[in-house]
Order: sequence, then C-alpha cells, then structure tokens
Amino acid sequence: MLLRHTSKEIVNRKALTINPAKTCQPIGAMYAALGIHGCLPHSHGSQGCCAYHRSTLTRHYKEPVMAATSSFTEGASVFGGQANLVQAIDNIFTIYDPEVIAVHTTCLSETIGDDIPQIAGKAQADGKIPAGKYVIHANTPSYTGSHVTGFASMTRAMVDYFARSSGQRSDRINIIPGYVEPSDMEEIRRIAVEMGVRIILFPDTSNVLNRPQTGRYEMFPKGGVTVEELMSTGDSRTTLALGRLASGSAARALDTRCKVPCEILDLPIGLNATDAFVDALRKAAAVSVPDTITTERGRMLDIITDMHQYFYGKKVALTGDPDQLVSLSEFLVSIDMQPIHIVTGTPGKKFETRIREITGEVPHRVNIGAPGDMFLFHQWIKNDPVDLLMGNSYVKYIARDEDIPFVRFGFPITDRIGHSYFPTVGYRGGMRLLEKILDALLDRKDRDSPEESFELVM
Amino acid sequence: MALSVKERPDSEPERIDLNDVRQEILDRYPTKVARKRAKQIVINRAGGGAEVPEIEANTRTIPGIITQRGCTYAGCKGVILGPTRDIVNITHGPVGCGFYSWLTRRNQTRASTPEDENYMTYCFSTDMQEEDIVFGGEKKLRAAVLEAYEIFRPKAISIFSTCPVGLIGDDVHTVAREMKEHLGINIFAFSCEGYKGVSQSAGHHIANNGIFTHVVGLDDTRKEGKYSINLLGEYNIGGDAFEIERILHRCGITVVSTFSGNSTYTQFSNAHTADLNTIMCHRSINYVAEMMETRYGIPWIKINFIGAGATAKTLRKIARYFEDPELADRVEEIIESEMPDVEKVRDEVRARCEGKSAMLFVGGSRAHHYQELFREIGMITVSAGYEFAHRDDYEGRNILPDIRVDADSRNIEELHVEPDPERYRPRKNPEELERLAREGFRFKDYDGMMSDMPARTLIIDDISQYETERLIEIFKPAIFCAAIKEKYAIQKKGIPMKQLHSYDSGGPYAGFRGAVNFYREIDRMVNTKIWSAIKAPWQKSPELSAGYAWNA
Ligand code: SF4
Ligand code: SF4
Repeated sequence: MLLRHTSKEIVNRKALTINPAKTCQPIGAMYAALGIHGCLPHSHGSQGCCAYHRSTLTRHYKEPVMAATSSFTEGASVFGGQANLVQAIDNIFTIYDPEVIAVHTTCLSETIGDDIPQIAGKAQADGKIPAGKYVIHANTPSYTGSHVTGFASMTRAMVDYFARSSGQRSDRINIIPGYVEPSDMEEIRRIAVEMGVRIILFPDTSNVLNRPQTGRYEMFPKGGVTVEELMSTGDSRTTLALGRLASGSAARALDTRCKVPCEILDLPIGLNATDAFVDALRKAAAVSVPDTITTERGRMLDIITDMHQYFYGKKVALTGDPDQLVSLSEFLVSIDMQPIHIVTGTPGKKFETRIREITGEVPHRVNIGAPGDMFLFHQWIKNDPVDLLMGNSYVKYIARDEDIPFVRFGFPITDRIGHSYFPTVGYRGGMRLLEKILDALLDRKDRDSPEESFELVM
Repeated sequence: MALSVKERPDSEPERIDLNDVRQEILDRYPTKVARKRAKQIVINRAGGGAEVPEIEANTRTIPGIITQRGCTYAGCKGVILGPTRDIVNITHGPVGCGFYSWLTRRNQTRASTPEDENYMTYCFSTDMQEEDIVFGGEKKLRAAVLEAYEIFRPKAISIFSTCPVGLIGDDVHTVAREMKEHLGINIFAFSCEGYKGVSQSAGHHIANNGIFTHVVGLDDTRKEGKYSINLLGEYNIGGDAFEIERILHRCGITVVSTFSGNSTYTQFSNAHTADLNTIMCHRSINYVAEMMETRYGIPWIKINFIGAGATAKTLRKIARYFEDPELADRVEEIIESEMPDVEKVRDEVRARCEGKSAMLFVGGSRAHHYQELFREIGMITVSAGYEFAHRDDYEGRNILPDIRVDADSRNIEELHVEPDPERYRPRKNPEELERLAREGFRFKDYDGMMSDMPARTLIIDDISQYETERLIEIFKPAIFCAAIKEKYAIQKKGIPMKQLHSYDSGGPYAGFRGAVNFYREIDRMVNTKIWSAIKAPWQKSPELSAGYAWNA
C-alpha cells in the first residue's frame, strides 16, 4: 500500500497537516503574472521558494516557467531585502529586458516586513527602471490563504497598478477567468469571440503555458494580456469575474477605482455555470447568443441524457480549490451524481455554506473539509467508499490503494497531459469532463464485469 | 539577442574561440555582475598537463540573474532526509515548502514487508498561520509532534525549519529535546532555513551534522558479511541504489547503510559498524565520511557507479581495500559476467552517437559523473558546471586548504568530532595505510571535474538562464543535461534535454544495467527524427505555385 499508515480511525488534529490540499500563495501569484505579456515574475525572498514554484509549475505545464528571485542570504534576512531587490531589478531589465517585473513576496520577506513599493521607488530613483517599463507587486505571505489567494492578489495588482479611466467608456467587457488553465482561458475567449463580444481577458496564460514547439525559445512569448489592455480595463463596460475567490478582489477593485460595475459568477464548469456565464455575457454585451453556442450546449446535454444511467447515483469524492469545487459539485449534482466528500485546503466559511446548498438534495451524508487535507479526505473515503475520485495527481495514491476510478482535475497534474490544451470550462469543456468521467467509470465496469455480462454496447 | 559570436556550423566546437564566447556573455551583464561571473566562467586548462584554473563556487547567487539553485531546506529535507522511509519528517513552517518537497524527487524506496514503515508518500507540515508567526510557532510544533506520534507511533520524528521559523526565533531544538524525553522516541530538529546558505549545499551539511549527531552510533548490531561498506551520497533516484546493491550483493559485499537512498533509520544508526565508507556524491556527503573516520576509524574512498567502466573500477577499488584475493577474484568474475551485455548495447549505440556533443549543468557531482557515460558512447562534453558544488568538486581536494571560508559558510556549524571512547576502531593500522598508499591506493581522493575534462572546455558555475541560452545558440550541442526548470526552454530551442536530477521518470542509470539504460536513452534522444519535424512543409517551401500530385 502506498499510503499504508492511513487508517479508518479519525483522530482530531489541530496542529499537524498531513498531505495538504493546497499550497502557498506565491505560486498562484507567479502563475497569474505569467499571464501578463512580457512579464517576468520575481520572487522576493530566498531562492528556494522560487525554485520550488517554478519546478511545480513546470511539472504541471511541461513548459518553460521563468522567474527571478532576490536570493536572500542570512544578511538580507536580518537587514531587509532592499539591496537584493534593487540589484535584481537592475539585473533583470539589463539582461532579460521584460516589459513588466511582477514582484511577489514570500513568507520570509513578509516576516521581515519589506515594503515593496518603497523599494521599487528606490530602484526608480536610482534609475534602474527603464522608461516605459513597470515594476508591480503583490503581497503573498503564505501563512494566510493559499495559492488561490496568491493568484487573486496578483490579479488584483494588475488592476491597482494599471487600470485607469480615460472618461470614455468602451464597448469592451473585462473577463477575469479565475485560476484556470491556459486552455480554459482560450476557451473563454473563443466563446466571447463566437458571441461577437469584445473582451479584455486578464490574466491570460494561453500561448504562454501551452505554446507550440517551433524550434525557437522566446522568454516572452506571444500570449498574455498587454499592459495597454490592462490600462484600458478601467474603461470597459462591465467586468465578469469568474470564481469568487480568485477573481472577486480584482473585479471589486475595478469597480471602486474606475467605476466599472462587476458581476461575480461561478467558474463556467458544467451546464448550469456555463449557462450562467453565457447568459451574463450576452446581457452585459447586449448581444444574442449565436446558434453555434446553443448547439454546443445541446451536444453537451445530449451526452448527459444519452449516458445518464452511468452517472446516476454514483458517489464521488473530490478535492481541489474552492472555485473549482463549487462549480464541479454543482455539475455532478446536476447529472445526478453524488459528491459526498469534498475537501479543499483553502479555508473559507462561505465555501462551506455554498457547498451545503449545492449538495442539499444529495441523498447521502456529505463531508466538507474547508480547510481539510488529503489525509482526512482519504480517511473519509475509507469510511464511506465512493465510485469515483477527482483531484490532482496526488490523489492517484489513494486511487491505487483503494482501487477507485480516478479523473485528474485541478493543480498540480504532474503525470498526464491535456489540461493545458483541452478546456474543462464552457460546453466543450463540459463535454470533455463528461467523457473523462465516463471513460473512468466504464473502463472500470469493463474490467470488473463477469464475462457473461461484458458489454459490447454501452 | 545579438549573435556576435559566429554560430557553430555543426560539430566543430574547436573552431569556436572560447574567450570570445566568455567575453560576449560577460558583456551583457552590469559591471559588478560581470566581475563576479568572470570568476565563475572559466576555460579549462590550456591543454596537456597544465594545472586546472581556479573557479569561484559556493558563493552567493546574484539576485535577479535567474538561477537554477534551490535552498538549504531543499538540500536538507529534500535531498538528504527525504529518501529515508521510516522517519516522520515534519516541515515546520507555512505549507508551501513541505508541499513542494512532497514526492517530487523520485528517490525510490522499497519497504521489506507490507507492514514496514514507509512515510515517503506522506507530507507533514505545521502549516503555520499568521498567529503562529506573530506569537511564535513552538506551541503548534509541539502539538504537531504529539499528533504525529499518536497517529503513527513512528520510531523517529525529525523537524525541518523553513525561512520564517528562524526569523521569529522558534527554538526547534528545544522542542525536539523536550518531546524526545516526553515521548521516548528519537526526535531531532534541523535549522535548515532556506536563507542559511547560498544553495542546497548548506542544507546537505546541516543534514549530515544532524544525522551524525542524533542517529549514527545508536545501534551496535553488526550486519553479517565479511566485507561491509556504507554507500554515501547515493539517493536512489530512479532505482540507482537498487542496481548498485544488486551488483554489490553479487560480489558478496554487504551494504550496511546507504545515505540515503532506500534507507531506514536503523541503517543510519548502525552505519558506524561498516568497515569502509564509499562516497558517490562527494559534494553532499563528504562531511559524514570525514566525521565517521575521526570518531569511528572508518576510512573513506571516492567511488563512482555512473558508467560501466567506472563501476568496474569502483568494484576493483573496493576489493583492493579489503585486500582479500577471494573478493578480488569474485569481483573480476562479476565484471566479466556483466560486461558482455553492456558492451553489446554500448557498441551499437556508439556507432550512432560517436562524436556528438553534450553539455551538463547540474547538481554537485552528476555534471562530472555522467561525462563518463557519454564518453563510453563516444560523445564529448564541451561544457559543464555545477549548480551548488564547491571549488574542490571542480578543482580537486588538494585545493581544500586554499578555500576561503566566507561569512555564508561560517554560518553552518562545523562539528568538533573526537574518537568515540568505545567504538573507535581503526580499520587499518598506520602501516597498512602507508603500504596501500605506496602501492598507489588513494583514500579521500577526489580530483574534481576539471582535471577529468578535456582542455579548452568551458566550465561555468551556477549557470544562469541567459548563459544557458547563449551556450546552446553558439554550440548547438546534441544534448543538454540539467533539471526540470531548464528542460522546456532548452527543448523549445530544438535541443533534446535530459534531466539528471529526476531522470525524466527514467533510470536506473547507475551500475551495469543502468549504463545500458542510459546508452539507450541517449540514443533515443539524440537520434530521434522528431526534431526534424519542427518545420511544416509550407514553412520549408513557402512558394505558392500549385503542383498536382498526378503531375509530379
Ligand atoms: S521559505 Fe525558505 S525554506 Fe522554504 S522554500 Fe523558501 S527558501 Fe526554502
Ligand atoms: S516559505 Fe512561504 S512562500 Fe516560500 S515556499 Fe514556503 S510557504 Fe511558500
């Protein structure tokens, strides 16, 4: 057994986290910053955090993930990291020449109390920031929140640093896609384009973390929201923020700063959430939904009605990030599956309430861990088995020990490809998710059916 | 980026003026940075017998340069103690550091029975919250240790400090001591905060000190076997240690402990009963060997199981140490029985790889050791360097007295070790040692990477992203070896990239069978046709004139 020390008996823990279902803020900030065109993320702290974040993102995307670090040593930890950051800014602009440096802090620089705007000001005064280039920042101490809040903070920094109102409203809609994959961002854009809506999508990691093999490496590839676009977010008609936790803060900041009204929606994963998104976009932009989109919706629904018998009543355990879990649980409930163990490492009362509502009609006891960890998750599964697991690659240890079908979903996925190319948002994304769930369930059925009931047609 | 140095046409490295390359790289940097990098980018000795040049290593990383280095915690928890399966390793700090070092290093372990302890698949963290940072985290740490004990009842628990812990002044060692007394199991802590050193290397040292102080020497049970050794600095990535154990077992050599691939707490505690310490990765572990020699009288030798030739050489060296003709014969027999399979694949692969070039920038020993494997299939290493090694790993141990101990190194405690009153037992007497030396047997020898490399090769310490890109553009090597962070940028440039930390899910590459795996892997990588598919047909010939297939 891979997790041989996990027993059924649940001991109450107050201090020890075992097999976390979250990670730390800066990695989310780094990911968000990669969604700005020409941006080099910078980790202000010791170099280990940066090495870990880059490695983890690289394993997940199998793409170059560049970021710099202040490389604190003991001295910097005692006297503060000003000298390190000023030198880093100088070196980065001289050697790599990005448009933007997006600084995020780490536990170390936060504990020291380094003031990033003040240090950036010093770099500016020393002439280390070339004309027309920017240094932005987000505070991301990991002793609060999680990678999701780090993403939210850096996304919000994009607004705080760049958004301005010219006094002239444009016809554009801001869409903050949330902490989703580059493929998802691409899909959200495609839906908007299909509907004839002009949008500014930020951050946008498509064509950054799913770029083609061209035989050429560019540190700053074609993708990413441009600084110019970010500036004009303040003139947009409306903001649609997808995912309360990851996108809410930036959307509200745009409202306060530039009076761009916002609507906060669930991530468009599954039928209902996608319906809500498409409908909101239609209303915000005053367009009608083209037949092509309605057809996509119909196809997705068709899969559900055709294959309903295989979904119906199946129990699911899922772990991941709050915004995803909300939409995913709702989706599963909508196809008559039963999400019964739901765990996120990111703390949040609102999340729990929301999941309770969504799972209200599930005819089974529902366990919600927020925050919980994967050790507890596993113990719940041992006590109350399920038919399907959904979560990141770490869940495969549980899947193998308990011999339960498993669909990879979330972050990080280090052992399969697909997430960066094929979306799970929108109707097409929903179709992909349905296919994945069915594959997992039906492969299992094929494996386990007695010979006489081994079915050719399913 | 300007390409001032003439790009290499193909496999003609000798045409490139390394001085120009070096200068061009340095020219890109701000003056201060250029001055520092100039000491870390050197051209290997001028040729024939000349001494190797001095290189700066193990010094601070330049902020903002885009380094590939990691931190002290990664070296301590991730590298040295991570591979031990039966210790509950608790990371004391916010959640990230523990999360990232969870199962990501591929050090395999094989518990002997299904009931045996194995915590490697688990990640334990105190997940410190704001109030712990403000009011101190000792209370939470204590509670976490207690909870771990209550749930798992392990034989040992260790605690690893991450950056904020040192800063807020949590006394992890006192917590460990108190909990050890309270619970009656071994509990020890490491002050391995990320900022403690300039790279992972500081963490290795801290880990070594800790294991040596708290574990080695606790159990005097002697493993059976006439020739007993410890394998130090072998982390069982991709099963390397399994292959090495297989070979040693065939030779009749007993491995008392491995530091730390596939290791257990018990192995560490009776490591002092072995009769010889053999060192694979000199960088990460020579400290333990030195201390074990002083305290227990176990001599150490440098060995290398990377490369079939190196493996044979190593086996002979071990046999020579034990001075037993029976063992010497056995070793020859094993080499003879293993080599035909190796040679068959080697020759076959060599025919396809001969003359191709490789670059290796990784770790603290691998960038050296793997050159041997490439040499065996006729490939040439044109440039290499370490990520976190020290000068002796480049220039050889004879320069040890010349290394200046700077403030960053002084940070790390040097243990004062004395012979153990009961357990000190010199394995060889002075006469024997002298005779062996006279006969050319070398203890504590490591000549470093540079003397093993051809003249006129570029040696770069702590290579930056920019330097990596330029090297590739200029030299166009057939393969580049480094780690995960570099991998995809290099491959996007059309150069196959082999990870030598994680092996890209491959391995083992050590020993005889490992060599075969590596030859095949490199053959696959440098000879695949897939790289020629980068250009689409319409990119190769963009002209639009229509030609019909049936006309052609
Ligand atoms: S916080 Fe410190 S210990 Fe943790 S990863 Fe960062 S540098 Fe390493
Ligand atoms: S110190 Fe903080 S920021 Fe750095 S890896 Fe650990 S949790 Fe993350």
